[in-house]
Amino acid sequence: MSALLQIAGLTAHYGDFQALFGVDLTLHEGQTLAIIGANGAGKTTLMRALTGVARVTAGTVTLAGEDITSLPAPDILTRGIAMVPEGRRLFPSLTVEENLLIGAHARTGNSHWTLDRVQALFPILKDRRLSPGTALSGGQQQMVAIGRALMSNPRVLLCDELSLGLAPVVIKEIYAAFPQIKASGTSIIVVEQDIGQALRVADHVHCMMEGRITLSGRPAELSREAIHDAYFGVSHA
Amino acid sequence: MILIDTLAQGLLLGGLYALFAAGLSLVFGIMRLVNLAHGDLIILGAYLILTVTTVTGLHPFLAVLLAAPVMFALGWLLQTHLLNRVLGADILPPLLVTFGLSVVIQNGLLSGFTADSRKLTAGAIEAQSLDLGLVTLGVMPVLTFASAVAVVFALNQLFYRTALGRAFRATSDDAVTAQLMGIRPQRIFAMATGIALVVATIAALYLGTRANFDPSIGPARLLYAFEAVIIGGLGSLWGTLAGGIVIGMAQALGAAVNPEWQILSGHLAFVLVLLIRPRGLFPRAND
Repeated sequence: MSALLQIAGLTAHYGDFQALFGVDLTLHEGQTLAIIGANGAGKTTLMRALTGVARVTAGTVTLAGEDITSLPAPDILTRGIAMVPEGRRLFPSLTVEENLLIGAHARTGNSHWTLDRVQALFPILKDRRLSPGTALSGGQQQMVAIGRALMSNPRVLLCDELSLGLAPVVIKEIYAAFPQIKASGTSIIVVEQDIGQALRVADHVHCMMEGRITLSGRPAELSREAIHDAYFGVSHA
Repeated sequence: MILIDTLAQGLLLGGLYALFAAGLSLVFGIMRLVNLAHGDLIILGAYLILTVTTVTGLHPFLAVLLAAPVMFALGWLLQTHLLNRVLGADILPPLLVTFGLSVVIQNGLLSGFTADSRKLTAGAIEAQSLDLGLVTLGVMPVLTFASAVAVVFALNQLFYRTALGRAFRATSDDAVTAQLMGIRPQRIFAMATGIALVVATIAALYLGTRANFDPSIGPARLLYAFEAVIIGGLGSLWGTLAGGIVIGMAQALGAAVNPEWQILSGHLAFVLVLLIRPRGLFPRAND
C-alpha cells in the first residue's frame, strides 16, 4: 500500500483559536481511517483544513505526491478530495437529484460514481429524487450528502460526524453502504464521536485531543482503556 | 371600454418595468447584491445601441445583438475586478461602490454624449398597432411585453433546467459548501452579472425606442426596477414580472384620472403592496 494522502506537521486555526498542533497522518490507497475524539478536539478543523475551507498556518498536505496545502477548496475537490460536511449542508433550493448532480459540477471525464450508481447505493434517493433535499429525514439527508460527495468521483472521501443526531438503526443503515464505497477504490477518512462505529468501519484509528493525535493503531490493537485515556486525557484508574 | 384599454396599456408598460427589474432581481437573488448602478447600466446600454446604429447603420433590433455581448463582457469584468472585492458579510461596501459606479457612469455618459436627449429610431414599426377589437395595442409595447415574458421564462429555464442554474442556486444557498462541490462563487457571480447586463441591454432597446433618454435618467429607472422586485418578492423572477405589471397598471390608471398622477400612482401601489404583504407577492420560502 502506498501513501495516497500524507499530512505532515499540520497546524491550523479555527478563527483566532489554534485548533491543530502539528498533526501527522498517512492515508494509504484503499484504506479507511477513523479519527475519534471529543468535541473541540480539532477533528472538524482537520477536515476543513484538508478541504481548503480552514486556513493552514504550517505543515503540508500531499495528495498522490502533489503538494495541495492551502489550495482553494474547488481546486482540492478537483484533485480528488470530497467531503461530507458536518450537519450535511444540503442545498435547500435544490431537489434531492439536483443535490446529487451538483456534486459532479466540476467533474470531467468518466466517473465510477454516476447518478444511477448512487441511487442504487441508496435506493430511497431515487424514490424521493424530486423532493427538496432538506425535506428528507436526517438519515436520508445524510445519504444525499454522501452521494453528493461520491458524485465527484473522489480518491479520498472525508466524512465528518455522519452519525451526529441520528438513531442507531439509521447509522447502521448508512455505514452498511461503506463496503461498496470501499470496493469502488475510494479511500475514506471518517470523523466520529461514536467510537464503536469508528472501530467497526476503520482499518486504522487515530484519537485526537486538543489538536493533537494522542493515540494511533489498528482497532484490534487498541484497548478500551487506551482509547479512554487518549479520548479524555485522563489516566484510567 | 376606456378602463380595459387603460389596463391593457398599463399591462404592456409593466413589461418594460419588468425588463428594467429582471437583471436586478437575478443579481440580488444570487449574491444578495443591490446594484444601485443598474439603472445607469441600462442607460449605458441604450447609448451603446445608439452608437452601434450610428456607426454601422444597423436597425436597433440588430444592433442589440452586437451590444449584448459587449455588455455581458462589461458585467463579467465589473463583477470580477470590482464587485467581487467588496462582497461580504457587510452589505454597506457594495452599496457604496455601486452608488459610486452610478455617478461615474452618469458623468462618463455626460462627457461622452452631452446632456442632449437622444432616441433610438426603430422606423415604421413604432407607429404600427394591432386592432384587437376591444382594444388597440401598439406593436412596440406588445413586443416589449412579449420580450419581458420571454426573458423571465428564459431566466427561469436557465435557473431550473441547467447545470449553471443549479450552481447559481447552490451558491445562493450556501457559498462555502458550494466551493466543496468545486463551484467557484466568484465566477458564478461574474456570470450572473454578465447575464444581468444582457437583460439590461434588452431593456435599453425598448427604453430607447419608446422615449427620449439622456445620461441623468438611470436612477429613476432603478427606482421602478426596485419597486417591481420588491412587490414581486425578492429573488422571484415571475414575481418581478408581476411587480412590473402592478406598477405599470397603477401608473396607467393614475394617468387616466389625471396625467400628473401617473408616476405617483405607481409609487402608491408599491407602498400599498408593502403594507398588505411586506415580503412581496411571491416571497421565496427560505429567505
